[in-house]
Amino acid sequence: MRLSDLRGMPPTAAFGLGMIMFFAVVAVFAGQIAPHGQTEIVGMEFEPRGGDFVLGTDNLGRDMLSRLVWGARNSIGIALATTALAFTAGALLGLLAAVLGGWTDQLLSRFVDLLISIPSLLFALLLLSIFGTSIAALVLVIAVLEMTRVFRLSRAVAMNVVVMEFVEVARLRGEGLGWLIGREILPNVTAPLVAEFGLRFCFVFLAISALSFLGLGIQPPTADWGSMVRENAALITFGDITPLLPAGAIALLTVSINFVVDWMLHRASGLQD
Amino acid sequence: MTEPLLTIRDLSIEGRQGRAWQPILRGVDLELRRGEVLGLIGESGAGKSTLGLAAMGYTRDGTRIAGGEITFDGMDLRALGARRLRGLRGRRIAYVAQSAAANFNPSQRLIDQYTEAPVDIHQLRTRPEAAREARELYARLRLPEPDVIGFRYPHQVSGGQLQRAMTAMAMSCEPDLIIFDEPTTALDVTTQIEVLRAIRDAVREIGTAAIYITHDLAVVAQMADRIKVLLRGEEVEEQPTRAMLAAPREAYSRSLWAVRSFRAPEHSVPPAGATPVLRVAGVTAEYSPGTPVLQDVSFDVHSGRTVAVVGESGSGKSTAARVITGLLPAVSGRIELDGTPLPPRLARRDPAALRQVQMIHQSADTALNPKHTIREILGRPLRFYLGLRGPAREARIRELLADIELDPDDFIGRTPAALSGGQKQRIGIARALAAEPRLIICDEVTSALDQLVAEGILKLLTRLQEVRGLAYMFITHDLATVRAIADHVVVMQHGRVVEQGPKDEMFRPPHHPYTRLLLTSVPDMDPDWLDRTIAERQES
Repeated sequence: MRLSDLRGMPPTAAFGLGMIMFFAVVAVFAGQIAPHGQTEIVGMEFEPRGGDFVLGTDNLGRDMLSRLVWGARNSIGIALATTALAFTAGALLGLLAAVLGGWTDQLLSRFVDLLISIPSLLFALLLLSIFGTSIAALVLVIAVLEMTRVFRLSRAVAMNVVVMEFVEVARLRGEGLGWLIGREILPNVTAPLVAEFGLRFCFVFLAISALSFLGLGIQPPTADWGSMVRENAALITFGDITPLLPAGAIALLTVSINFVVDWMLHRASGLQD
Repeated sequence: MTEPLLTIRDLSIEGRQGRAWQPILRGVDLELRRGEVLGLIGESGAGKSTLGLAAMGYTRDGTRIAGGEITFDGMDLRALGARRLRGLRGRRIAYVAQSAAANFNPSQRLIDQYTEAPVDIHQLRTRPEAAREARELYARLRLPEPDVIGFRYPHQVSGGQLQRAMTAMAMSCEPDLIIFDEPTTALDVTTQIEVLRAIRDAVREIGTAAIYITHDLAVVAQMADRIKVLLRGEEVEEQPTRAMLAAPREAYSRSLWAVRSFRAPEHSVPPAGATPVLRVAGVTAEYSPGTPVLQDVSFDVHSGRTVAVVGESGSGKSTAARVITGLLPAVSGRIELDGTPLPPRLARRDPAALRQVQMIHQSADTALNPKHTIREILGRPLRFYLGLRGPAREARIRELLADIELDPDDFIGRTPAALSGGQKQRIGIARALAAEPRLIICDEVTSALDQLVAEGILKLLTRLQEVRGLAYMFITHDLATVRAIADHVVVMQHGRVVEQGPKDEMFRPPHHPYTRLLLTSVPDMDPDWLDRTIAERQES
């Protein structure tokens, strides 16, 4: 992708890209941007918006805005690490299965089928109750579950390339597995894989938020958008929209990423208009 | 004079490339009377198919009509609305596409697809009427078992039968005009002759007009009353078939006619005791146990010589190449390279042996990685086999490009997308040469190319053979190519070698019956060839 490609970008993608950059900046400079610490109790419980605290305070009297900012770093950071892990493992195994075929493919594919056949949220809940709710366990469990989807996609797109004659030429030349995967196949499947990365990130993000909301994700007092919705959920009954703020942040980020992914997929498919 | 059925005046069609429009047709005229067959000929990109589709008032996505008139039976097709056009298509103008297999719905029986136009779309017939007519047409097109073949699914009949079933569909509404777009190009010669005969007889009996698009002159000579030659969207000339064959006026037409005259230099038969570069001895191979696709195949390839392996699709020629390269390990038999047996499996062969046998594929489009530049494509085998790096490798890449007659400065940084079909095939050749092999297996390397381009490739291969003493195993179904370059011919059928010998012997009687069938199925540039051949076959 070159810089000139950005010019022909539709407004939705430009908006998405702008929002993603905004979130990235907030996450990286959370320490500088947030007026208070994420666990610091600065006022009374449930103080209203405006006044001393722009977005009010939460159920323990912590500054809502600061927690949103810190939450960006925690939620996005963990989701990114999880996606990266799921992606590396899934893509690598998928490409391996496609290139080697035969028993390797059967073994890997059936194992993935097995994992997919179990409802993933239940499975995650089960595993987390067994292994405890540390961040490492969270990242690993979700990465393994999401890895299965990446595996399927990368295997499918790589299959279309493996049957091409230039791969056969490389095999006949005596090339090893590394060259076949890294140089012959990967460059031809990057477009769908990059798009999948964006999409997968959304799902991982939502999965972590869901788990946090259920109390098995990121543990208090660490600020994270999912658990912030849960902690302040009681306010909804009083007609206050404060719990919707972290929920809105989750929605905004996912929608933005989807805008960008749509545009990239559209470009990769080579369609006009 | 009767009114012409179809008149096209000064038609220009443009295709979109990025934001610009490039001309595809530049002011072409065409006139067709009822019952007349016009042959359209030219190399790929000449605009034959675009013109054929325009005769139905249709343009492909991304193309537009820039100017001109299309008049069909007094109606201006450009002014007609989508509804009226739909009423014409299939009913008065029908289309037969190149690949019948890709144009049939695989989940419906032939007869159900046949009745779609006359019954469901145009409401001309009741279903039983249409079904009865289908059986008559199937019989007329010489399909086997015309009463029941309609109840099969597309995958249950052969390619040639499918092409005829598609022709029957085109004839279902008794159209005034049928457009045949390369209907026999994808078929074997032995099947092609059957389809040609069926189409021609049916067109004559029904008296419909036709536009017959092809790049094969000998085929069009059998089918057309008049021939129009196109080049890069412009008409070169148009003449009645016999006049055109006897005396083409324009230089370009003459070059098309002359193209089959190329002959590689003759080589002596290698001495009896000489060790061949490649020896295939008693090879049997199978994809699934118990059903051999190759049985007891033996032949030798000597250095500096060309062995042509011919046969129709499914005869096992390409499988033989897979066995030699080790992609498909043989069940029994030996593959020897310079007298040394090669391990059957690719993974067990060492790079030095792999280097000796290189392969050039039929479709250069899929044989070159679209993400690599020419520098990377040619540089890799140099690095892999010969350990060349840096300036030495760069210099060698440039030498190779010069060898295949492409300008190094211009081409070294390009990707395959920026090459024409012939140029891609040349890069395929250069990649094989980079390994400095003793044997090159050429798998149908010219069959996807236009005749002039194919001839250029054959000349290049011949020159390289003379300079480097290369041995070629040349897999092809085109006997004209065999005649041009082979020293030794191996004829295969159903996975067995039915006959082999020096070229001169193979083209001289007596023949094995299958060899004779192959030889007599290749169309001549003679309008009477089809009638004569069919008459001869009926006698014997």
